[in-house]
Amino acid sequence: MFRGIIDLKSLWLIGAIFIILLILPPIIPRFYTYILTLIFVTALLAMSLNLCVGYGGMFQFHHGVFYGVGAYTVALMLTKTSLPVWVGFIAGPIVAAAVGLLIGWFCVRLTRLYFGMLQISLGSLIWAIAFRWYTLTGGDDGIHGIPMPSLLSSLNSSYYFILIILVICLIVLYLIVKSPFGRTLQAIRDNPERCEAVGVNVRRHQLITIVIATFFAGIAGVLFVVLEHSVFPDLMFWVLSLEAFIMCLLGGWFTFAGPVLGAAIMISLRTFVGIYTEYWTLILGIVLILLIFFLPEGVMGYFLEKFKPRAKEVVERSSELNVAG
Amino acid sequence: MLQVEAVDKSFGDFMAVNRANLTVGKGELVAVIGPNGAGKTTLFNLITGQLKPDRGRITFKEEDISGLPPYHICKKGVARSFQIVNIFPRLTVFENVQVAVLSQQKRSSNLFRPAQNLAVEETNSILEDVALSDKIMDIAGSLSHGDQKILEIAIALGNEPELLVLDEPTAGMSPEETFATMGLIKKLASTRGLTILFCEHDMEVVFSFAQSIMVMHQGRTLIQGKPEEVRRNKEVQEAYLGD
Ligand SMILES: Nc1ncnc2c1ncn2[C@@H]1O[C@H](COP(=O)(O)OP(=O)(O)OP(=O)(O)O)[C@@H](O)[C@H]1O
Ligand SMILES: [Mg+2]
Repeated sequence: MFRGIIDLKSLWLIGAIFIILLILPPIIPRFYTYILTLIFVTALLAMSLNLCVGYGGMFQFHHGVFYGVGAYTVALMLTKTSLPVWVGFIAGPIVAAAVGLLIGWFCVRLTRLYFGMLQISLGSLIWAIAFRWYTLTGGDDGIHGIPMPSLLSSLNSSYYFILIILVICLIVLYLIVKSPFGRTLQAIRDNPERCEAVGVNVRRHQLITIVIATFFAGIAGVLFVVLEHSVFPDLMFWVLSLEAFIMCLLGGWFTFAGPVLGAAIMISLRTFVGIYTEYWTLILGIVLILLIFFLPEGVMGYFLEKFKPRAKEVVERSSELNVAG
Repeated sequence: MLQVEAVDKSFGDFMAVNRANLTVGKGELVAVIGPNGAGKTTLFNLITGQLKPDRGRITFKEEDISGLPPYHICKKGVARSFQIVNIFPRLTVFENVQVAVLSQQKRSSNLFRPAQNLAVEETNSILEDVALSDKIMDIAGSLSHGDQKILEIAIALGNEPELLVLDEPTAGMSPEETFATMGLIKKLASTRGLTILFCEHDMEVVFSFAQSIMVMHQGRTLIQGKPEEVRRNKEVQEAYLGD
């Protein structure tokens, strides 16, 4: 299945990182285990977003909504019904993907910025529902103390569970990106008009991409509940969507693993800078501006470019060109 | 094979294509000529679905294709290239053509097989035919203008069309490149059994390659006929070849 799509050197590197992550929890302070887990969850959110943004060239501006929908779905099912836990876990991504299908169906009819603007409006609508429908969602307070099976009750066990799910999701996403579907998606990103002229139903392809991406965002939402045992409307607020978008740009949206790096940087920033200041959105804005001017290909893109001869296979796309379409 | 009957297209008040007619027979090499702004590109966009006609009928192999979306028309066997280079700039040359071949093989939505091992032979054979084999791993956006125009044609070939529509395939090329490219197109037409509809500004090229010529002027069809007939036509001489 992987023949020819991953080289040995990257495989070794990934294996080494994975093993280090496996042995870390018992030897690092609890707080760092928590931060790492939060990074895993957020990395999945950013990776799913990058399928739309980096690979599909779509302005998926309000991806956080689908993360929130996944989280709220599992939270409501675990607190308001007596269905088994795993049903909730599966329902999270499915409901997120269904909402993705609904919102996406309207969005793919528009182009570029209009796509993004419509998504912000429709997404904010869902946020407003979560915020206002007090009896169901707990409104501003959210839902807390969501019961988890005993297998997932300790921080370390959630850490391992979330890490394993993340790895599986990344493998699946990698296969998708390397498949004919993924290649066609990149062609659509480069030039939708031409892609339609070679027989691709561009809107349908984009819609399927959104459904896949929102499905994975839903998984990330479920993982968030596994970690935090709570949900709140901020999960669907536009600031989180902006953060996820910046993670893609920051890490390198034309590289596969860039968003993971972006998530790690952003979560660290938010944790270690955010606590000293209320001006988190201001910091976000500054990061975004610096990025656009100094690192248009993101951190990962920058380093892959710099060490090109060594990392040739890993570079998804050359940055020699400035023509985007 | 292709019939365009009294087709209109206007942008606001402006009639870009006005009761245009065109016939392309199987295996023919047909040229559309006309001064800048005559409506050639608009006509091609109507044929391949980028634009929808206001009135009139376009049939391909006796089937009405007017107003169908581009991907649908492509699936019926009509592929095209564009006047202004229209490729996938961030993909490699190989991937540019492969995307079309995958679409032709109905594999564009295949999710779980590495694309890298699919449609390789077909893609390579096309790139060999157009002499881009030595650049398959180059990023398309970094090719020279001439090579990008050739890649345009190669992408269109990926769909294994019966009718190939080429909008100024040699735009921006030097005279030598132009003749080489037209030679290539003629060769492709015979080896791959293609019917070709193209437009071109260089009269020398048009009159030496085309079997049938349609002259457009201000959106209207002045005449369609063999090169000699067109050259003799008074109206054409006045309107276009006048000088
Ligand atoms: N999308 C559009 N909106 C408005 N006007 C348009 C549009 N597309 C083309 N036109 C106008 O229609 C006329 C015909 O344009 P078209 O591109 O078809 O000409 P052409 O024969 O291909 O010219 P050229 O030889 O310069 O390529 C021009 O006057 C152009 O300005
Ligand atoms: Mg034109």
